[in-house]
Amino acid sequence: MKSDTNSVEDLKAIRKIMEESSRFLSLSGLSGVFAGVTAIAGALFAYFFILDNGSIHYDEYFRSLPAEETFSLRWQLIVDAALVLVLSVLFSLYFSIKKAKKDGKKFWSPVSRRLLINFLIPLVTGGIFIMVLMFQNHIQLIVPGFLIFYGLALVSAGKFTFDEIFYLGILEIITGLVSALVPGWGLLFWIFGFGILHIIYGLAMFRKYEA
Amino acid sequence: MKDLISNINKVFESRVRLGVMSVLMVNETYDFNSLKETLNVTDGNLASHLKALEEKGMIKVNKRFIGRKPNTSYSATETGMTEFRQHLKALENLIKEY
Repeated sequence: MKSDTNSVEDLKAIRKIMEESSRFLSLSGLSGVFAGVTAIAGALFAYFFILDNGSIHYDEYFRSLPAEETFSLRWQLIVDAALVLVLSVLFSLYFSIKKAKKDGKKFWSPVSRRLLINFLIPLVTGGIFIMVLMFQNHIQLIVPGFLIFYGLALVSAGKFTFDEIFYLGILEIITGLVSALVPGWGLLFWIFGFGILHIIYGLAMFRKYEA
Repeated sequence: MKDLISNINKVFESRVRLGVMSVLMVNETYDFNSLKETLNVTDGNLASHLKALEEKGMIKVNKRFIGRKPNTSYSATETGMTEFRQHLKALENLIKEY
């Protein structure tokens, strides 16, 4: 018969295996901080360089122009947003792989695959939908769309990683819905949702799990 | 005392088997290589424990091909889940009693 201490250790091991095999715990808080900084940089770049210090009010101005004149403007904004996304993803991959290595865990596992699929389905849907919004001139819905679909992606990924990701997703969705109600302030909501929320989240996670 | 340990299941009396069942309780399926990495055991060791669990009806094996590569994955059966839960409960009771 097993001794008492053995059972305690068994139960501990069981709990640990259950958690580690069903949740991806190598996400680093630093990813959040970098994503936030990149998002703010992207927004500032859009404001000062693409939208000409905000003198191009991107909502009304866009709609007052014929499509071909705003075409290059649209593409610049798309490339700017895509760059922010790609940089954020690269940073978070880098930090996660590094963290997984440090903890002696594999980065590519059934859990990380599931996490990725559940994250990407709402995100890619949103990305395509936003391109449609962009070219159908629903400019004021673009930032809310980004925030809402990104929030949904986090909520759906949250089941496979830290619970905090789920709550961050809820906050992004709320930010997105509020920004849909307050048209014309898209860039500020973008900075808040993608910038400030990410940085706060990242610092909190870093302090809680990594410091 | 007899009552207390009657639910301790002999089938699960190995770290590897406990580990396999733990993984399969929270994941619908898990493939051989990922199990090996999660539990940190050798091929042969894992295979023999999986065989034993399969023979007792605790897990089932799904073999399929991904492209040309064979891929074997495992999932817990209803029986396996119920018995493992009972086993865990028995372990917990045992600890409380001391």
